[in-house]
Amino acid sequence: MSGHGKPDDQITLGSAVGESVLRYGGADRVSGAQQYLSDLEFPDTAHVAFTTIESGCAQINSIDTSAAEQLPGIVAIVSADDLPNAKRFGISHQDRPLLATDTVNFHGEPVVAVVAESTEIARLAADLIEVDFTPLPGVYDLDSALADDARLVQEPDVRPGDPLNHSNVLETAEYAWGDVAADEPSAHVIVEDTYNFPMVNHFTIEPGGVIARPYEETGVEVHSPIQHPFLLQRILASIHDLPLNKVRVVAPDPGGGFGGKQTPRYEPLMAHLAMRTQRTCRLVLSLEENFQLMRRSGCRIHARTGFAADGSIVFHQMDVDFHIGAYADVAPRIMAKGSYVGAGPYRIPSVTVDARAVLTNTTPSCAFRGFGAPQVGWATESQIDAGARALGMDGLEIRRKNLVDAGEAFIRGDHEATADGHWHESLEKAAELLEWDTPKPPNRGRGIAVGIKPGATSGLSQSLVRLLYDGSAIVYAGTSDMGQGARTLWKQILSDELGVALEQITIISGDTESVPFDLQTSASRSTVFMGGAVLMACEDIRRRVLELYAEVTDVDPDTLDHRPGTIMTPAGTVPLVEAAQTALGKLRGEFVGQGTNRLRGKSGHPLGGDAAFYEFNATAIEVEVDPDTGEVLLVRHATVGDVGKELNPIQVRSQDEGAAIMGLGHSLMEQVMLDDNGCIRNLGALDYRIPTYNDVAVDMLSASIENEDGPGPYGCKGISEGALLCTAGAVGAAVADAIGVPIRDLPLTAERIWKAMQARDSATADN
Amino acid sequence: MNDHLSQLEPIDVTLQVNGTPVDVSVPAHRTLLDALRDDAGFKGSKKCCADGECGACSVFLDGTLVNSCLVLAVETEGSDVTTIEGLSVDGLSDLQQEFLKAGAVQCGVCIPGQVVAAEDLLRTNPHATATEIRDAMSGNLCRCAGYERIVAAIQAAAETRVTIS
Repeated sequence: MSGHGKPDDQITLGSAVGESVLRYGGADRVSGAQQYLSDLEFPDTAHVAFTTIESGCAQINSIDTSAAEQLPGIVAIVSADDLPNAKRFGISHQDRPLLATDTVNFHGEPVVAVVAESTEIARLAADLIEVDFTPLPGVYDLDSALADDARLVQEPDVRPGDPLNHSNVLETAEYAWGDVAADEPSAHVIVEDTYNFPMVNHFTIEPGGVIARPYEETGVEVHSPIQHPFLLQRILASIHDLPLNKVRVVAPDPGGGFGGKQTPRYEPLMAHLAMRTQRTCRLVLSLEENFQLMRRSGCRIHARTGFAADGSIVFHQMDVDFHIGAYADVAPRIMAKGSYVGAGPYRIPSVTVDARAVLTNTTPSCAFRGFGAPQVGWATESQIDAGARALGMDGLEIRRKNLVDAGEAFIRGDHEATADGHWHESLEKAAELLEWDTPKPPNRGRGIAVGIKPGATSGLSQSLVRLLYDGSAIVYAGTSDMGQGARTLWKQILSDELGVALEQITIISGDTESVPFDLQTSASRSTVFMGGAVLMACEDIRRRVLELYAEVTDVDPDTLDHRPGTIMTPAGTVPLVEAAQTALGKLRGEFVGQGTNRLRGKSGHPLGGDAAFYEFNATAIEVEVDPDTGEVLLVRHATVGDVGKELNPIQVRSQDEGAAIMGLGHSLMEQVMLDDNGCIRNLGALDYRIPTYNDVAVDMLSASIENEDGPGPYGCKGISEGALLCTAGAVGAAVADAIGVPIRDLPLTAERIWKAMQARDSATADN
Repeated sequence: MNDHLSQLEPIDVTLQVNGTPVDVSVPAHRTLLDALRDDAGFKGSKKCCADGECGACSVFLDGTLVNSCLVLAVETEGSDVTTIEGLSVDGLSDLQQEFLKAGAVQCGVCIPGQVVAAEDLLRTNPHATATEIRDAMSGNLCRCAGYERIVAAIQAAAETRVTIS
């Protein structure tokens, strides 16, 4: 299942796509030369640190900065009182202030920003600032947030005119088709339970930060490892009343994103500080501060599912509460999109899904690989296995029975969604890799699960390609390369489409001053959307070369044609680069091609449009559970994605393995824990465990199904999230198979499993 | 107030980094990692957890693998430090090339520390099995989770080194 990458000079011209070309920028990453945000240096830099308080919800009474002001090297000390006209900002709701205003709404929300000549002075001053506060009865979990007398996380005037603004429910989503009441009598078995998915942190190895500088007299330049530079540019322009050309966003490669670096948090404040002080202002976060910047929303799902005697699902009902935190960020979209596919990729006549995004006094949650689908999928996949157990079927058999075929609807009603792949092939492949039907040793268990996530429902990616006179080329593409290897793919596409050697291609990204617009690097969209734009730009260049070549060689352009890397003439084929040189002639110069790939949304659609593609994955896992301690050993972990086509096989492998292992985190060990005051108890690496080398399965296997049936270049689909979507379902089913009882709350820690075994044994003893 | 500021009194330290003498002037509490990055300009060692759990800041201190976030700069007076920059003097090392070929590199922030730790492993246990590699490397976190790829890279480099020697 392994495969070695190939250096550029080992790839035959014209056949780069489909090869394991080595990662663009890889040499800098292994040698330490890669410059991430915290590696950037600017002259005359001032350093920023925040004052925070140890409470998740508190009234700010007063702030005493007198001791801090006495320190040498203080440039500015800023609190909300110094920002009387500051607007709140956000993507779906403009609810987030630059600094805590009157109240602190989650643990770690900055109250005061200190700007000083050194990081040490800034930190010291921030610690010397005394915030007098009164703890308030914050709501730190779903039950307290949804109680009748719950304190409101957001004052109603933060969301004026919103009918829900007197509750902690920020938004709701409802999906339904069929008629549950009519179908229920045909159910032979009905299973009903409640499932919990924990809050987890992205734990990017680069915790993050922001550097902001004055730009072009009245403007601002912001360096941030942000996944969406153009979204940040728009927000900064809006909040600071600047035209777009006065806001430059430079986005160094994010050191891990996973969705956590999509949206602006401290950038608007840092831009303000830079403009206020007319200094370069630098903020580099600690991992502890990163925990207070991003997380995945927790989720509680109550599900009720009916099955016919043959295992067919008759109906499925879900009430889904996402525990989103203090500000909206993109959580309402996560709630809506995750629950849209809540019933899974199955053939179900009647479904109801009622979902809510619930505000709490906790770290605002945001996008995180899977975007709501892993949370809801945990419940649905567990319900399918509960039905199978009740009917004496196994997990593979019941999924074979219910999984939709290619082209068949799995979401019904007014906005039907159909399977855009042969998903049964993935299911069968995962089962085959796990050797599903072979005998099991004692204490072993097997589980298989499937996961689905809608890709982007609208999008816009623009790209420029310059083919230079000597046959080298430059691609301008705004996709952030945070490890997925997007730039490597642009290089491969250009190489094949224009016949340019891989080592003669440069990629420019991450700077709104020089790179054309790209909506987002999210939802595994970039290969499909930006890849398509790069392909279009190459085709644009071929057309331009053809036209000028015809003019210069005095032939009728209608007698010419173009193919990847080639101009076709009546006299034979001419390599495109050669034709370009002939066409450019003595003046030399270059060809500039442009590609715009636009997917418009659909009005009235609950997600704003049909998904461009679905990520589909099947995961099969075998575990061994220690009967004395509850510890889980992963014996084998097989993940299979329906990818359309692997443009770079080794990058697909590494993305799939990475997602699969990340999925083990929320399945087995990760959870953000709070104390009674809403403070995070396991803040940082000492107390919050993520998967290490020793947590990976003894046999980690990944494979792809390639039917070239995707909407992207060469029939590809997006791939980077799939392998995490149903990890929990597969692990959960495997553990249940091993110990004989299901566990419904993640993560499946040794303690939880041990307790489940104890309860099982005492129940047996009672009988 | 003076107590606070006295913490920041600089102390002169001279050490060797990648074979070159380096003079820094640092407060007593500054870590070797921060001194390397902010005072000496060696930014290849990365800072993530800053409490010795993630390994992104791994360097050799007098030949021993350490988390440079757990060493105070003032303790390294006269010491010999090798950072990731010191492992690729004449182009990428065999190990670094194997990391690339194996597809072990994603976002890349953990990779300098992984390479340093892997170099230490290959020096101390040239015939390491996959299990020994996993154990030896388990102090280096990778959130992109390129673990399987890194193990493959280390095995490939080990095979070549054993063959050559």
